Amino acid sequence: MVVYELSESEIDRIFQAMADATRRDIIKQAMLREQSVSELARRYAMSFAAVQKHVAVLERASLVIKQRRGREQIVQANPESLRRAARLLEAYEDIWRERANLIGEILSNQPEGTEP
Amino acid sequence: MSVISTHKDTENLTLTFVAEFPADIDRVWQIWEDPRQLERWWGPPTWPATFVRHEMVPGGESRYYMTGPDGDKARGWWKIIALDGPRSFEFEDGFAGDDGEPSGFLGSTRCVVTLEQNGGTTRMTTVSSFESAEQLEEMVKMGMEEGVGLAMGQIDALLAA
Repeated sequence: MVVYELSESEIDRIFQAMADATRRDIIKQAMLREQSVSELARRYAMSFAAVQKHVAVLERASLVIKQRRGREQIVQANPESLRRAARLLEAYEDIWRERANLIGEILSNQPEGTEP
Repeated sequence: MSVISTHKDTENLTLTFVAEFPADIDRVWQIWEDPRQLERWWGPPTWPATFVRHEMVPGGESRYYMTGPDGDKARGWWKIIALDGPRSFEFEDGFAGDDGEPSGFLGSTRCVVTLEQNGGTTRMTTVSSFESAEQLEEMVKMGMEEGVGLAMGQIDALLAA
């Protein structure tokens, strides 16, 4: 199963990182175009240090990649990690597909109102 | 049965699943309401569910266990948050301990079920919400035992070849 390619701690980090609205917005911004931490910091009503901390959480979860370029720290989104989150939900979707198949079988084998 | 659509919201950790069945709404409601029918599809085929309690009323509770191929039991509970049969209901689903009672392990997931009849078909929409990835992973693991078993079987076959 694809889901087992991810370690438990890896999954934890991804979802903990994404549980915060500011961090989700940082990911969005970084997906639109790479930008420096100071550029990002101007968008939010919080200190540069606070934004830097959010970026660090995202970096640990591999959701963004941070590179030093001269004096600036450039933040880029890492789409591969975002795809990993989607894969987990995909695996759960398979469970519902299986359930729906079973429901379909029950409904077709058993006339309405008949008790099993 | 046909799956109409699925939607994964990775930011809010929800899965929306829509399927249609060629049956009346009351008939589809029965497969949720009647524990003997519910247990024929709730657990994965290799982990069939047994509902020892099932109260489809607002505030009602259910207790169930799923039995694995080795006889292992995975226990769970439901709590009905809201109910407007046969059109909709919302419930919480969580893990239970060996005594069958809610254990608090990994919190709970929420599921909103909506049924709509259009002619001779009924559309079933389920929206599942997760609290954390850890929890989602456990749910997936439970539902995926079979898939993993099959994958393992294939590896064995490859090694034997």
